[in-house]
Amino acid sequence: MSDPKIDGFELKPGFRGMASDTGSDQTMFKGVHWGKAMMWIFLLSDTFVFSCFLIAYMKGRGSTPVEWPNPSEVFALEAFGVPVPLLLIALMTFVLITSSGTMALAVKYGYEKNRKMCGWLVLATAIGGLTFVGMQAYEWSKLIHEGVRPWENPFGAAQFGSFFFMITGFHGTHVSIGVIFLFIYAYKVFAGHYENGGKRGWFTTMKGDYVEIEILGLYWHFVDLVWVFIFAFFYLW
Amino acid sequence: MDDTNQINEKDKKPIESTHKIGIYLWIWGLLFVLSFFSYMVDWYQFQGMLRWSLILFFMFAKAGLIMAFFMHLFWERYALVNVLLWPMTAIACFVFLMAAEFEYTLFSRMFYFFVGGGA
Repeated sequence: MSDPKIDGFELKPGFRGMASDTGSDQTMFKGVHWGKAMMWIFLLSDTFVFSCFLIAYMKGRGSTPVEWPNPSEVFALEAFGVPVPLLLIALMTFVLITSSGTMALAVKYGYEKNRKMCGWLVLATAIGGLTFVGMQAYEWSKLIHEGVRPWENPFGAAQFGSFFFMITGFHGTHVSIGVIFLFIYAYKVFAGHYENGGKRGWFTTMKGDYVEIEILGLYWHFVDLVWVFIFAFFYLW
Repeated sequence: MDDTNQINEKDKKPIESTHKIGIYLWIWGLLFVLSFFSYMVDWYQFQGMLRWSLILFFMFAKAGLIMAFFMHLFWERYALVNVLLWPMTAIACFVFLMAAEFEYTLFSRMFYFFVGGGA
């Protein structure tokens, strides 16, 4: 949601616009807030990190002649005495998508300068993220009790544990950092730091603006995006 | 120059362009439905090519919806969108390289386990 028009430039849409943006010897991402461009570039680098983990997992799983543990059984959970496959993972996915939706709405209400709605939705997103981290802690402790270690496990190929802890651990770290920032930004929205032209930015002397909520949202949606890939490749495959 | 000045005049209006709430609720609902279907792939224990193609289809559909609408890429300038999406082809290349590599590793492991390196 970049500003459609900015001073001094006639912005054209589509590939013609891209050519003139890139070739005009000025700022490249015209109309895009600098913080947003930098967040996108950070997310691109993070995409490469997660891709390397998932590709390493593909390589490890594909090259072992030992049977890979069946995730559908390893991650099953007893519900009313019946083992339900991937129950906890399905709930975690549900929680994360819910929090992604509340974040998207928070961004919308932020741009509409609806302080209260924006604040409550950011807070709801933070609580959703906290729930996710809690469920992940439960999942980890359950597997550790069952004897899963980075170097061995009772279900099959020994590599399973190292990939599991590495990939979900790195994703969980991202969620935890996101939750911390969501709580901080919920406070900043409620405290009115972005009202009346903006009072306080974040680690900067520049004025705050609701665009910061969109930047935070980009990070949070990225965390959800990575989970989509982990869910597909690690839990379902 | 005249065009540029006109744009500046329009720019001064304090209109924030936001999207209707309906689009977000639709995407949100679709994400739940797609997640439900991808869970059903495991529930009904589909196997083989059917399982893998369904998993990939639901995964890319969800990822596309999140990036296009929740992350607003659908509305961003192409200069930004293209900078973000083209590097993904490098990842795709890496996936194919490593897929070839694990096939080879598996083959050579099996070969030396069962046939042996001597003789």
